[in-house]
Amino acid sequence: MSRGAAARSVIAVFVSVAVSGCGGGSTNSSSTDTGRDAPPSGAPGRITVLAAASLTEPFTLLGERFEAEHPGSRVSFSFAASSELATQISNGAPADVFASASPATMALVADAGDTDGEPTVFASNTLEIAVPAGNPADVTGLDDFAREDLSIALCAPEVPCGAAAAKVFAAAGVTPAPDTLEADVKATLGKVTLGEVDAALVYRTDVLAAGDDVEGIDFPEAAGAVNDYPIAVLADAPNAAAAEAFVALVTSPEGAEVLTETGFDLP
Amino acid sequence: MSSARRPTARAPRRTTGLPAPLVPLAALALLFLGLPVLGLVVRTPWTTLVDVLTRRESLDALRLSLVCASLATVLCIALGVPLAWVLARGDFPGRGVLRALVTVPLVLPPVVGGVALFTAFGRRGVVGRPLDEWFGITLPFTTTAVVVAEAFVAMPFLVIAVEGALRGADRRYDEAAATLGASRWYTFRRVTLPLVAPGVAAGAVLCWARALGEFGATITFAGNFPGTTRTMPVEVYLTLQRDPPAAVALSLVLLLVSVAVLAGLRDRWLTSAR
Repeated sequence: MSRGAAARSVIAVFVSVAVSGCGGGSTNSSSTDTGRDAPPSGAPGRITVLAAASLTEPFTLLGERFEAEHPGSRVSFSFAASSELATQISNGAPADVFASASPATMALVADAGDTDGEPTVFASNTLEIAVPAGNPADVTGLDDFAREDLSIALCAPEVPCGAAAAKVFAAAGVTPAPDTLEADVKATLGKVTLGEVDAALVYRTDVLAAGDDVEGIDFPEAAGAVNDYPIAVLADAPNAAAAEAFVALVTSPEGAEVLTETGFDLP
Repeated sequence: MSSARRPTARAPRRTTGLPAPLVPLAALALLFLGLPVLGLVVRTPWTTLVDVLTRRESLDALRLSLVCASLATVLCIALGVPLAWVLARGDFPGRGVLRALVTVPLVLPPVVGGVALFTAFGRRGVVGRPLDEWFGITLPFTTTAVVVAEAFVAMPFLVIAVEGALRGADRRYDEAAATLGASRWYTFRRVTLPLVAPGVAAGAVLCWARALGEFGATITFAGNFPGTTRTMPVEVYLTLQRDPPAAVALSLVLLLVSVAVLAGLRDRWLTSAR
């Protein structure tokens, strides 16, 4: 073959690569933008909220209410594993509010001086067993997570739901046999919704949010690992005033109502 | 031609040099591409580097990445070269559509690729369900799933490279071989394939590099479990949440491995084959 042809074919591939963009890093953070583009600017009324994946439902609702109550305001959300969001904040992500699924993760951010004031605990959540509709593998309790023949998804130990799961298994004396350790709780839930795993350990609120595709099974040991959710305005918030207002909404009776409706407990 | 008769008293203007406006832009591009790599090297925690790299999970992830990327490349060569041949030499209606289909995984976001793989090979997938029900074989969350995800994303790179090479190759050699009595299969093996070997090598290298870096489709379809499905990119991604300096160290390894292999293969195959 000619050298030119080889060069052309390689160039063709490289061009295609450039067009396809690259799938890396941020694939797990789903961002829901109720406004237009993600706003790094400090335009009045525009805030960015980084929130634990499990807060997707109540915060989306609260964001809509906030926009309705404050005409001209825009709330953009980035939902991902709290630990991933903490990494983003320490790398200077331009955000106004951080809501974490674990005080430990919030402490990482607060100890680095990245929060403005003390974080407030506004909700709590417990774990529940999630199985696909119809419970094809007849999962009954935490003991089933030790079965090698089942396909099981857990959150990675790095993220809060994984840490809570580890605590529950330790308390129950069960050694789980997971097939995959997912990067955030919604990814874990997704594997159940798809029917690709027989059981997963997620938050009760996630089971509720998943609707008919997923069934929840309560287990007594869950009481031993209740997750508290702290929220804080970030020190470098481009729009601190609106951020304070959003936190006030979350911690208000109205916020409490939305959180309760979506299955969260109040502190 | 009039220009040929022009007197040569005036020195011909240089037209082969770089157009001035392009130089700063090219420098900017170089900076843009080089700085992140440089940043990785600068921020590498050299003192704890050995500790991080000799951790069991790091070695497991690296081994898994190398093995899976290599297996995926073998799979891509075995299936991709024939496909490239069909695309380059086949004469049938709908060839353009077929080529467009082949390039879909190239432009598809890898996570979408992972979801698509579920719909095909998942437990409830078109092929996955019968596989599970009849033979008890389930692909997701296995090392095989990693190879499948990587091959899905990387194969178009090989197919396009090889197809280009086949189009550029001189078909008269094939015809000569046929005239001399060689069968089609013999001609393909002994004449066509050696002619396009540099194209196959270039495609295989790109394919391998793409497979090595595969993240989105892998974490979606194969999940993440140490030793069986946690490849280096996934390890780097998770480590970044827990221990950022260690993530930088792991990234450096992946960078060095990629560069070393690309450089090594370039010297051995690509240049000498020309």
